[in-house]
Amino acid sequence: MPTLEIDSLDKSYGPTRALRGMSFDVRAGEIFGFVGSNGAGKSTTMRIVLGVLEADGGEVRWDGSPIDADTRRRIGYMPEERGLYPRMKVADQLVYLARLHGLSASDARASMERWTHTLGIAERRGDEVLKLSLGNQQRVQLAAALVHEPDILVLDEPFSGLDPVAVDVMSGVLREAADAGRPVVFSSHQLELVERISDRVGIVKAGSMVAVGGIDLRRTEHRRWSVVGPPDDAWVGAVPGVRVATPVSTATSAPTSTPTSIPTSTASGRPAPVVVDELPGAAPDVDQALLRAALATGPVHEFSLVRPSLAELYRDVVASDDPVQVDDAVQADKEAHA
Amino acid sequence: MSARALPAGQAIRLVAGREISTRVRSKGFLWVTAAFVAVIVLGGLVLKLTSSTSSPSTVGLTGSAAGSGAQVVAAAKAVGVDVTTKDVADEATGREQLEHGDLDALVTSTDPRLTVVVHSKVDDDVSAVFGSLAQQLELSRAITELGGDPSAVAQQVATASPDIVVISPEPKRDGGQIVAGIAVGILLFISLMNAGQLVAQGVVEEKTSRVVELLLATLRPWQLMAGKVLGIGAVGLLQLVVVVGAAAITALSIGVLDTSSLDIGAVAVWALVWFVLGFLTFSLLLAGLASLVSRQEDIGSVTGPVITAMVVPYVVGISIAPYAPDNPVVRVLSIVPFASPFVMPIRQALGAAEPWEVALSLGLAVAVIPLLVWLAGRIYSNAVMRVGGRVKLSDALSRS
Repeated sequence: MPTLEIDSLDKSYGPTRALRGMSFDVRAGEIFGFVGSNGAGKSTTMRIVLGVLEADGGEVRWDGSPIDADTRRRIGYMPEERGLYPRMKVADQLVYLARLHGLSASDARASMERWTHTLGIAERRGDEVLKLSLGNQQRVQLAAALVHEPDILVLDEPFSGLDPVAVDVMSGVLREAADAGRPVVFSSHQLELVERISDRVGIVKAGSMVAVGGIDLRRTEHRRWSVVGPPDDAWVGAVPGVRVATPVSTATSAPTSTPTSIPTSTASGRPAPVVVDELPGAAPDVDQALLRAALATGPVHEFSLVRPSLAELYRDVVASDDPVQVDDAVQADKEAHA
Repeated sequence: MSARALPAGQAIRLVAGREISTRVRSKGFLWVTAAFVAVIVLGGLVLKLTSSTSSPSTVGLTGSAAGSGAQVVAAAKAVGVDVTTKDVADEATGREQLEHGDLDALVTSTDPRLTVVVHSKVDDDVSAVFGSLAQQLELSRAITELGGDPSAVAQQVATASPDIVVISPEPKRDGGQIVAGIAVGILLFISLMNAGQLVAQGVVEEKTSRVVELLLATLRPWQLMAGKVLGIGAVGLLQLVVVVGAAAITALSIGVLDTSSLDIGAVAVWALVWFVLGFLTFSLLLAGLASLVSRQEDIGSVTGPVITAMVVPYVVGISIAPYAPDNPVVRVLSIVPFASPFVMPIRQALGAAEPWEVALSLGLAVAVIPLLVWLAGRIYSNAVMRVGGRVKLSDALSRS
């Protein structure tokens, strides 16, 4: 399976270092979500992949060889800064772009017709882009990325500015592309969305990849359970290898309700869940011991593994100044690939 | 179906093709071309009408002047005026015809004095004819009184002419050549200015709309710039062919050139040649400089010096060259690159350019183009992706 490898990219804009050893890879058939705060280097990375910018150091490879102009022409690209000719008709524009990517005139027209139909803008083919609503302009922009039937998709914030229906269409298109064996890289600030549709996620901070991996991979680092039933949490102390979770660092979490914030009671009047964290070195079957201890106190209504959301992980990683855990994550990811 | 490798030539053709098809269909292009053609055709017609006012003056003869038609015509011919005569029954009828404009002058008597009636004023030509005629009549009377033969004397007088030795003959320039020179000068200036501005605006349009990032993901910057310059150049050339063609057809069909030594075919071809050279020179510079800015309203701030370099030779050329094509300043400007496209075609229309001057001028104009390609390509490649503020020229030149 060919892989898009981003290897140790460095890039500076004058005194500002935009990328410091940015590395990750995206396998064929995989959707890779790329998250990070503004200015972290996501767009710069994508622009370097497309050859729109030149890296100061490092390399981008496709299928083992450095990416060249002919390979780049097979990438479908949606730049962060949306751009189309405002006074050109949708159909003409898409055919032109398809032809610039090497399609014949008839293939270009057929592809334009197919994509405008798929994306629901077939009625707008004869309109100037200028005259479309923002949402439709966005769809045309996506069509522009897809119209040359690319082998690789690199989309910078494809979901921004889309209505929920368009988000579903867009997600479907990305999934289809991945299922057809293409690597798909996209960036987004909508973490729930990234979590939902990505096979793997990379978190970027200050120009480097600080965490990357499949969502499940990251979730096994340390487990956390939520137990509903026992009236208090005194029983937890009897189980070795776990402890009652302290309310999560509210300093780094937003005060909105995340799965880790611990309510004192629920709306139904049932006791609040007891949240328990795994301690380092705990036995793999510590969950069984925990469950038995909970049952010993009385009825247990719910016993579940709490999956930290991407948003939570993102906040932890982006707020953290400690690169060690992060390197572990990257390492784990690499081993997983090896 | 899948994308194939895109050879550079095809990439440039695609970019140029887009420029041509969007611009040829634009209202601006159609209107400007139509306006040009209208001005040329109307101008030709006006020229024709104004130059044909030298239709022969009609002089009526009555009373004692009746029968002196031959004398009047001969006197008119002697001063270079075309006159026809006609006999009028009496002075009253003649005056009536003067009122109606059927006659330009009415001669009522030749003896003892030449008496001429006109409507409101004496035409310069007519006054010269009758001044000469009066002197001749007086002379004939004196010769007759002295016993001589007036017609024999008149014969001798008429054939007398000086021998003139010209040391350095001034080349003859006729009105047709001067008009053609002015027209070519104005046309080239407007066409080059127009096409150059289109290139600058087109470059900035792609930056403003950010479409340039999408384009540069599949094109090299030089391919995009070359396609744009060639496409807009082709549109400009097409426009000029239409306008120059209209001018040539107008000139030939209404016959304004019948008396001119102007070779309109050569002038038209040279106008097109100089458009191509001038367009390449200026559009490359303008494309490079325009890539430094991201907004249409900032174009002026970077292209100002180039526009000045177009306006100055044009103004000098158009105000001096048609009348003094061998003026030293004009001669120099017609050879110097950047100025030559505005000045040399005027001199050529006047038939004033020596072949070696034309050759040198062409050679220099062609020679600077590779330099401009390099310069503009470098500025453009370095600046076109830098959207936002104005890129400093020195930055664009120094970055590799």
